[in-house]
Amino acid sequence: MIYKETGQFKSTYESDHSIFPLIQDKIAFNILMLVAFLVVPFFIDSYWEKAILIPFLIYSMAAIGLNILTGYCGQVSLGTGGFMAVGAFATYKIMTFFPELNIMIIVLLSGVITAFVGILFGLPSLRIKGFYLAVATLASQFFIIWLFNKVPWFYNYSDTGQITVSERTMFGVAVTGANAPPYATYLFCLILVVVLGFAAKNMIRSKIGRSWMAIRDMDIAAEIIGVPPLKTKLSAFAISSFYIGIAGSLYFAVYLGALEVTESFDIMAISFPVLFMIIIGGLGSMLGSFLGAAFIVLLPIFLKNVMVDLIGLSAVTAKHFEITIWGLLMVVFLILEPHGLARLWSIAKEKLRKWPFPY
Amino acid sequence: MSLAKIQSIPYGKEVIKIKNISLAFGGVKALTDVSFEVKKGEVFAIIGPNGAGKSSMLNVINGFYKPTSGQINFAGEDRKEMIPEFAAKSGIARTFQNIALFKGMSTLDNLMTGRLLKQKQNFLMQALYFGPVQKEEAYHRDKVERVIDFLDLQAIRRTPVGSLPYGLQKRVELGRALAMEPEILLLDEPMAGMNVEEKQDMSRFVLTANDEFKTTIVLIEHDMSVVMDISDRIVVLDYGKKIGEGKPSEILKNKAVIDAYLGVAD
Repeated sequence: MIYKETGQFKSTYESDHSIFPLIQDKIAFNILMLVAFLVVPFFIDSYWEKAILIPFLIYSMAAIGLNILTGYCGQVSLGTGGFMAVGAFATYKIMTFFPELNIMIIVLLSGVITAFVGILFGLPSLRIKGFYLAVATLASQFFIIWLFNKVPWFYNYSDTGQITVSERTMFGVAVTGANAPPYATYLFCLILVVVLGFAAKNMIRSKIGRSWMAIRDMDIAAEIIGVPPLKTKLSAFAISSFYIGIAGSLYFAVYLGALEVTESFDIMAISFPVLFMIIIGGLGSMLGSFLGAAFIVLLPIFLKNVMVDLIGLSAVTAKHFEITIWGLLMVVFLILEPHGLARLWSIAKEKLRKWPFPY
Repeated sequence: MSLAKIQSIPYGKEVIKIKNISLAFGGVKALTDVSFEVKKGEVFAIIGPNGAGKSSMLNVINGFYKPTSGQINFAGEDRKEMIPEFAAKSGIARTFQNIALFKGMSTLDNLMTGRLLKQKQNFLMQALYFGPVQKEEAYHRDKVERVIDFLDLQAIRRTPVGSLPYGLQKRVELGRALAMEPEILLLDEPMAGMNVEEKQDMSRFVLTANDEFKTTIVLIEHDMSVVMDISDRIVVLDYGKKIGEGKPSEILKNKAVIDAYLGVAD
């Protein structure tokens, strides 16, 4: 009943090809957007900001980026942490060189710089596939982190090797730095995620997205119908890195404020969790990127609440349990639902279509 | 060589001339000194026993293999080698012996990939998805819907092709090739593994495509009754060499062909 599509007729190809062809989805999405833009900013406090919403938005951005590359174009990448570090350091350097530049432009420029780095590290993808490519991207992860550690120019020769964000404003309100109010940082991230999320969805449902999926599913056949493999793979690397770079930029400028590269962009801190997000969320699904990000951000908080506050375990034991549960969930998902939460949702939708009168 | 050049050739004139093509993989000679011509607008069949080099011939024609020696003359222009992308751009589409569809995508999306070369908007416009991009998508969707109507694929428009039965997958693959609006269609065993009804359907689709869209068709097929029925001319390969060429009626009487298929009494 809830997802009944009966009576919803499409008379043009444009409407049939819209992002939300079902009216129910459209309404739900609009309500979600209204709440996110008009309700949440009035109630957000710094706990919700720093612990839940900002990490969720930033990881969503990174997950969209990785999903474009791995989920849609089929090129496995373990270099997410490295590319996020590029975004963060690009932001830092641009801030130093152009103190007057608007923060929105800085963030987008950081994405563009990361895109070029992504193209560079995407070059091996023409020759190698699968696991071997994953190892090649692993090289980018370690090389980039090493580079940012080794060359002091990147962290402006500071003694600690840390990079620290300076305050930048949008419309007179600080969005970076220690004094930024929660609603401002939240809205800043939200606008970027929504706008770029739509952009990603649009690319996926038009020519470039179909080229990516063609390369993913059968590269020989793709070549035969005229998809240039090199150009298509590199475009996926570039656009994916653009998103990941922006995620890195926000991670540094808006979320952490100050960071040290080895610890913040470590493979265990970023690359694997983001890969888990798109696997748990759903490879090749926009919704999956968001669901996966929400899952990975919320799970530790939920587990901590249950184990420490409810059961009364010590924080250390709880942490150990958390890692165990994580690994267990990973295995369970890979075996039982390789298409992730997005697939579970589409199954649920199918059930809701007939509910409460299944036949 | 370009699409316009192929289009400018009158029907009944040679569009592909294969001249003394040889292809070797190391010591294995897949093709030896093969020459034949394909005329525009005809249904041309390549037949031969297993391992005769039929698929290799198709792969040479659309640039997947580079011939060791010999020339291919395409619409009046000589070329020694070509990459698949250029073949697609100059109006050559093909299907594969083992289905090569995009399994994770729906039938509709698979067919839409056939239109990729004809879509001109760049990725920034696609990201914004307004006016021209939307119009372009709708235009190509309309073209694809015609192919869907033609091949009776309406019911499986949204189904991921990986879950379709074999016969339908073959049909979707033909659809993807037709969506490219090719001048020349290379079909590698389009009816392999099908039952009689499916073969009849497929034959009908191939003939209609040839008749209505004026597509030149080069096909490989093992079912002799089908080949003799639908093709205008046939070339026969055996062990990489051409052993016969001509109309079906001539091929049926060709001594060398009969010997290749049935063996020679000592």
